[in-house]
Amino acid sequence: MGMTIIEKILARASGAAKLAPGDLAVVDVDLSVLIDLSFSRGSWREVLKVHNPEKVVVVFDHDVPASNRETAAMHVRGRDFVRRFGIRRFHDVGPDQGISHVVVAENAYCLPGTVMACSDSHTCSAGALNCAARGLGAPDLLYAVTTGKTWFRIGETVRYDLEGQLGEGVSTKDVFLHIAGTYGDHANQNVEFGGAALPYLSIDARRTLTTMGAELSAEFATFEPDEVLIDYVKARSPAPFEPQYPDADAVYVARRAIDLSTLSPMVALPDRVIRNTVPVEEAAGEPIQQAFIGSCANGTLDDLAEAARVLKGRHVAPGVRLLVTPGSQRIAAAAAKAGYLQTLLDAGAVVTPATCGACYGGHMGVLGPGETCITASTRNFKGRMGDATARIYMASPATVAASAVAGWITHPGSL
Amino acid sequence: MITGHVWKFGDDINTDLMLPGPLLTASEEEQRRAVFSANRPGWVDEVRPRDILIGGRNFGTGSSRPAARSLRNLGLGALIAESINGLFFRNAVSFGFVAFECRGIHAAFEEGQTAEISIESWTVRNRESGALLPISPVPEQLLSLMISGGIYPLLETQGLIAPKAAS
Repeated sequence: MGMTIIEKILARASGAAKLAPGDLAVVDVDLSVLIDLSFSRGSWREVLKVHNPEKVVVVFDHDVPASNRETAAMHVRGRDFVRRFGIRRFHDVGPDQGISHVVVAENAYCLPGTVMACSDSHTCSAGALNCAARGLGAPDLLYAVTTGKTWFRIGETVRYDLEGQLGEGVSTKDVFLHIAGTYGDHANQNVEFGGAALPYLSIDARRTLTTMGAELSAEFATFEPDEVLIDYVKARSPAPFEPQYPDADAVYVARRAIDLSTLSPMVALPDRVIRNTVPVEEAAGEPIQQAFIGSCANGTLDDLAEAARVLKGRHVAPGVRLLVTPGSQRIAAAAAKAGYLQTLLDAGAVVTPATCGACYGGHMGVLGPGETCITASTRNFKGRMGDATARIYMASPATVAASAVAGWITHPGSL
Repeated sequence: MITGHVWKFGDDINTDLMLPGPLLTASEEEQRRAVFSANRPGWVDEVRPRDILIGGRNFGTGSSRPAARSLRNLGLGALIAESINGLFFRNAVSFGFVAFECRGIHAAFEEGQTAEISIESWTVRNRESGALLPISPVPEQLLSLMISGGIYPLLETQGLIAPKAAS
């Protein structure tokens, strides 16, 4: 029997002719990404030897620019590491600043068919580029940086065949909310996306889906390669690569078709996403104090364009704070050039520097007691974005923008 | 044999509950004090060394953050859950926190009962009710890391990272 995409990538990286669910694979890591939190005083241990500095990328993202002395010291440790080992690809505060998963994609550091490690759960984002990318813990990542290797338990794979085209105001965030609500978690499983809809899905749109793979508790989330992907990578990297397609007789634990044209905007109710999502209409009318668009999942240029489309000629409701955090400074610059930022500012949005920021309750938009937020980011766990009594609804950028205008949760088509 | 007093938690217990975002750069002691502060305030003062935590489905869903280390630092003897999130399990292995999966564990115990875990026979027994359940065995390489303190001591021995600086 044949292999799925993930089985093929990991088999090649481990030197095995074949891998199947249940196997434990020790693999060569093609790219290790250290983030600013990797250098936090609790996680960081002084590294004495780096296996290959050319296979290491450092991106400061969770707290940029540093919001306090503790994280400023963390950044100093990171810069010392970069200098000591001559890390060439380093994204400090500045024009190359951004969320690691966004930066890794926009520079095509993660090549199709390769293995990538990073100590952030949303590393699976790079699966949109046909990369076997998984979030590891801090010790795992130091192991990869110093030895060039890590391990994976091979899980079963669920295949999603995406068909049709998304309607106006519906995005791949809604596709994720549909999957999380309908099928629940995918713990210890891989998720593989393909199907006739691929030519209509940008890499940004695909990245939203693979990034949210972490919220399905999937081991890996990957897209089948196609012309859109190959053009995207070639435009960003001169490095050779070998994309991996699933075998025709690959074994899947389930194969599910989703007709994108039948989907409508969804929202996750507070505290969890798994089997906790409803059509936006069912939560409509819920008053909000904060609306957030950002994160590795929803800070893409596509997302800012969609927010601008909804907000054009409109204004944020009194008593609502709309915060927009682009995924990278490069995206911010492109959004400025395209006029999206002006539209957002005219509508009353506060646009922040690129960072993980409010998504993890770190800085620039922390919620207070009893507040309600609708967010286009990655998580709605209790206490995630600030006070434990705050309520976090999660939806697409279009739904969040529309809700910010209304002052309560609303369908993007209802304005 | 790992024997301890049982604390019960439900399904989808996430890492933000174990290690809140604002404490990501705090000291290990501050992080330890904050475990479950949003969903079960005061619990860190009740839990005792070698106690055993029993969880439901997908325990540890969420982030890469070192939440398993905070549970280890509370002195817990082990975690047994219906299922454990893959990333949380990696952190359990690499921070040296004993964590196993066992179907039916949640229904087999009441909080306050005593669990007896045997790695030799891969079973867990409820001392009060006598119920005996099989634990999913952990591959030998991972088990040895998990019970020997995890990855940092290994990398220190190999001269790849420096010993932990006194804080």
